[in-house]
Amino acid sequence: MTPAVAELRSASRRYGKVTALDRVDLAVVPGQVTALLGPNGAGKTTAVRLMLGLTQPTAGTARLFGLDPRDLLARQRVGVMLQVSKVPETLHVIEHVRLFSSYYPSPLPAGDIIALAGLSGLERRAFGKLSGGQQQRLLFALAICGDPEFLVLDEPTVGLDVETRRNFWSEMRRLVSRGRSLLLTTHYIEEADALADRVVILQDGRIIAAGTPAEIKARVAGRHIRCVTRLSDAQLTMIPGVRRVRHDRDAAVVVAVDVEPVVRELLARDASLSELEITRANLEDAFVELTDASPAETFAREAR
Amino acid sequence: MTDTSLRRRLHVYVLEAKYECIKQFRLPTHLIFALGFPLMFYTVFGLVFRRGGSDGNPYALQYIATYGAFGIFTAALYGFGVGVATERGQGWMLLKRASPMPPAAYFLAKLVTSLLSAAVIVVLLSASGVTLLGMRVSPLAWSEMAALLVLGATPFCAFGLAIGYWTGPNAAVAVVNLVAMPMALVSGLLIPLDVLPAFARTIARFLPGYHYSQLALTTIGRNDAGSTIGHVLMLGGFTAVSLALAYAGYRRDEDKTYG
Repeated sequence: MTPAVAELRSASRRYGKVTALDRVDLAVVPGQVTALLGPNGAGKTTAVRLMLGLTQPTAGTARLFGLDPRDLLARQRVGVMLQVSKVPETLHVIEHVRLFSSYYPSPLPAGDIIALAGLSGLERRAFGKLSGGQQQRLLFALAICGDPEFLVLDEPTVGLDVETRRNFWSEMRRLVSRGRSLLLTTHYIEEADALADRVVILQDGRIIAAGTPAEIKARVAGRHIRCVTRLSDAQLTMIPGVRRVRHDRDAAVVVAVDVEPVVRELLARDASLSELEITRANLEDAFVELTDASPAETFAREAR
Repeated sequence: MTDTSLRRRLHVYVLEAKYECIKQFRLPTHLIFALGFPLMFYTVFGLVFRRGGSDGNPYALQYIATYGAFGIFTAALYGFGVGVATERGQGWMLLKRASPMPPAAYFLAKLVTSLLSAAVIVVLLSASGVTLLGMRVSPLAWSEMAALLVLGATPFCAFGLAIGYWTGPNAAVAVVNLVAMPMALVSGLLIPLDVLPAFARTIARFLPGYHYSQLALTTIGRNDAGSTIGHVLMLGGFTAVSLALAYAGYRRDEDKTYG
């Protein structure tokens, strides 16, 4: 197996009494997209900070290209996009790009960076005069300007509209097809599903699941029977083969591995049953079941 | 290290300083408060207290050492204090730290910007002194004072750095204001020391603003008391304490949780 681009080995990080990360092992494989998922406060940002040497682990180690992440030689091979609310507002787009490019040994030409980030025509605009989406694109430009082998993106598409987000995804896929490695944290499970080769789910500072999106989905084996029914939860759970019951607005969602007998039972026990739908578990279902996160938090996808 | 990599490294420092200067000098608040206010104070008070004679108004030069000192240390405290607190609060500094920028480049760029602001203040005040206040001064004497005033901004940059690491963006502005104006007043930079009550003069001896302006006044023999070496030692100690405070603030910052 090829050596990892970035690696946490049994890494823990405590802030006072709070353990933000608890003995986490995590390796980013070259040429892959790794997505870190988890509810707020799960330790995603801490994991990213450890990998980038912005915070030191209280136990365990963090390595970037086999080096201490604080080593400038390691950092020269990484492009980073963090959750930054503002960058100096009086500098122009092209000035920010030129300055950040100077940090890297072989940066991309400024024109290419501007074009890749979709900022053409805005070169001479001050950061403070850019729209929210354009500001986010400038931060992306700063991440790619050094033509890095490894991109770390912390919540890269927060606040972007659906179309911009999809464009961003295709840009990411293009970078990975050129052999780049990518680590992203995201709230948007759809984003992880669309991009990631490997998904790592964190909760309370621990990894609770890791694998390809398909493997994660398989962890919540079974299919979902969604229906509007008069039957109570207790009655539904009593049907043989039912593994779990939850609610989605006015409908019940019944999870079962072998759905057909369950459906037959359901129809037999409730003649008024309606809106019947059977689906395979998607990554979002898997995430919700693995973390027990509140749907309100994790389903807030396209609304933003 | 190869020649090209050395040149590339130097290039980072030069660009960082260049863009920090551009960034700062494009800020309207910087132009108005850091550069405009000292010029206005100096010119207005210079005209009010004008006691010129045939010797070319020596007060005009003396006021550069006091109003200039006030303007310069306020600008340095603002540049570093508010600058660092803001960039820290917005997450910009974290992104810079994650980048392969040599960390020293960030601080040197801010230092260069503060020294440049100091030089601009000295030049503006001198221009006003010569044209409006009838100041006559030998180039040598002027250069000596100007150099002291510009380099003397450094301890205040260090203190500004400490403020920047210990406060948020909004608090930094308040803290700088709370520090700068009273210190200028008690150090005899706005009103001559001999007009102030005796206790003010006692407090002044513990204030860096006092030692800073006294150093500048020494070059024209209008200093209050105390030896040059004493002033330098006080400023050196103040710088060291400020840097230690800033470092402690930096460590605290690293230990903060961000979810």
